[in-house]
Amino acid sequence: MSTIAILMSAFVLSVVALMIFIWTQRKGLLDGDPTAAEVIFATGEVGTIEDPAASSRRAQALQDTSPPQGVPDARELAERARADASSGPLVFFFLCCAFVWLLVASAAGLTASIKLHEPDWLVQWPWLTFGRIRTIHLNAVAYGWAPMSGLGIALFVIPRLLKTELVGARYAFLGAALWNAALVAGLGAIAAGFSDGLEWLEIPWQIDILFVLGGALVGVPLVQTLLNRRVHHLYVSVWYMGCALFWFPVLFFVANVPGLHKGVQQAAMNWWFGHNVLGLFYTPLALASIYYFLPKIVGRPVQSYNLSLLGFWGLAFFYGQVGGHHLIGGPVPGWLITLSIVQSFMMVIPVLAFSVNMHGTLKGRLAAIRHSPTLRFIAFGGLMYFASSVQGSFEALRSVNAIAHFTHYTVGHAHLGLYGFVSMVFFGAIYFVVPRVTLREWPSPWLIGAHFWLAAVGITIYFLSTSYGGWEQGKAMLDASRPFMESVTLTIPYLKLRSIGGGLMALGHLIFALHFALLLAGKSAGRDQPTLLRAI
Amino acid sequence: MHNETKLLAGGMVMLGVATSALVVVPYLTVRDVPPPAELRPYTSTELRGRQQYIAAGCVYCHSQQPRAKAFAPDTARGWGRPSVAADYAYDTPHLLGTMRTGPDLFNIGARQPSDQWHLGHLFQPRAYVQGSIMPSYPYLFELKDKADAGDVEVQLPPGYSHGKVVVATKEALDLVAYLKSLNHTYAIVELPPGKAAPDAAR
Repeated sequence: MSTIAILMSAFVLSVVALMIFIWTQRKGLLDGDPTAAEVIFATGEVGTIEDPAASSRRAQALQDTSPPQGVPDARELAERARADASSGPLVFFFLCCAFVWLLVASAAGLTASIKLHEPDWLVQWPWLTFGRIRTIHLNAVAYGWAPMSGLGIALFVIPRLLKTELVGARYAFLGAALWNAALVAGLGAIAAGFSDGLEWLEIPWQIDILFVLGGALVGVPLVQTLLNRRVHHLYVSVWYMGCALFWFPVLFFVANVPGLHKGVQQAAMNWWFGHNVLGLFYTPLALASIYYFLPKIVGRPVQSYNLSLLGFWGLAFFYGQVGGHHLIGGPVPGWLITLSIVQSFMMVIPVLAFSVNMHGTLKGRLAAIRHSPTLRFIAFGGLMYFASSVQGSFEALRSVNAIAHFTHYTVGHAHLGLYGFVSMVFFGAIYFVVPRVTLREWPSPWLIGAHFWLAAVGITIYFLSTSYGGWEQGKAMLDASRPFMESVTLTIPYLKLRSIGGGLMALGHLIFALHFALLLAGKSAGRDQPTLLRAI
Repeated sequence: MHNETKLLAGGMVMLGVATSALVVVPYLTVRDVPPPAELRPYTSTELRGRQQYIAAGCVYCHSQQPRAKAFAPDTARGWGRPSVAADYAYDTPHLLGTMRTGPDLFNIGARQPSDQWHLGHLFQPRAYVQGSIMPSYPYLFELKDKADAGDVEVQLPPGYSHGKVVVATKEALDLVAYLKSLNHTYAIVELPPGKAAPDAAR
């Protein structure tokens, strides 16, 4: 098949998908009803801000940016408080696990980063060798920090959105316990040298059975709560969270069946999984958080409900097929690569739909970012979603990929997505959620600020150094007149800068965890009243 | 949107389309490509070495997929001809790799056939390659006062000797056996019709 024919067929596929999309619109799937976007507010609540992480003074300043349009219905607010109370202990458990894995992942990541420019540092112990500690870092993020925080936030938001109490929390408790036990076993296995050998899928398949069981149990309350819902409209966050919770088990199960995949086919499967776990699990969880918290904080419904639907279905369709771009130039069928490149570029559609929508929602309320700690993280994350997605689309083009692939450039891109976007959004959401589930305030706005600036400056240094160093590395590798070693030595200053950026990020996480510990220790004294009474 | 069944069904169909394209069709077309006649299966020592390669995480810095000339000067660097799907017939799990912090290793066995070079290089890469950032792997070796019968002693370059005898462990010897088996210098005459071709069609 010629390249033209492949390109044509990929476009035909996309057009067919668009037709189905328009058909669903006729069938009423695309609901133009603006009340659907207001489902996150109680009656009369539009215009009322909510940010439990803000101090009283800041909350007042935040409210001043948005004139309240009515008096919230007290009965509905009490219902929401009951919804929060029903999910509280479970969410708290998930978030505690998330904090632990965040610290583990930071330590492992920073160690791996330093080892790249200090290759004779800590070499005596097998579990600390670069290849293992780097993998421990990835798995602690991928199966520890990201899902524990993402699922914790989802379990908090879902009862609020369905206006009901969380049902079946005990299944999720058991599920989370199994999941964490599996992760401890999995990281131990990697440290001891037992690995399935595939990137993102290193944890031995025997342990994966525990993950599957645990994940399924975590899904139970979602289904039960959905069946118990008291709202007509399913808000867009529910779509993302609901689908993510169904997508991930399929991905994980198909990818880990022993003996099913081999050779080059296994490589194609590997990147179908590797990119989909980002695109169909972390990304939807983070986007769902933005769709809930951003409008909630500024007290204004999402600008265009239809755009959010376009963003959702575009992501669901295009993102699933982009994985092949990890194998551009590799020994896999040409049509597969071309399909993935085309769909990678089509991702611009849902990303633009999301970004335009959020821009519209925030328009005229930018001052809110100054006053709301939650919003600061979430707005930063949303911006990085746009940046990393557009960067990813271009990175899939053959001409760019020829330089960027196999280099630290890709590492920078991965961190822009999973840290700059996903983790920052989760940080923001956790600042919102914790006061609601613990009924305590964050003791120090200053510490929140320190966390934000360390994370933001850290990821900026990280991203710029790996991107520039990686690009130069790629150019050196492509030039046959330069010895290979030149592509190694020229990266050293950038690898050192990367360690500095990573160090700042890790310091930010330490402050974040310390702050959480202070909150639990009851150091919130000095506040005039509990947050809960200020604005439910 | 009021209907969770429609939502989840739609979401799963989307994932189904992606899975067919990226998992099912490759499963049907490139999973069971017959191996080239000159490619021999790994011996049990080499397979144990392959496990060491996986355990140490070599794949995170070394690819095993030389690219076509249109993409990169891999052949000119001596890394070999572009690989094809059949070259990986015995490779489970696949170790194609996504980084080239170090060079491609698809033909390292042909490029560097010396046991002693590999052993010494694993013990201290910087004794052989100036400026290398590869980790040293002292845990794959034992330092002894005197080599016992049957020990494989590592001869380090001058200036790197320890005063003690560096003896390779079984793990190190297995790993080197695997590295030396990475030799795909045979010619690929024709591709099986309709099977995988290197993505050089541009």
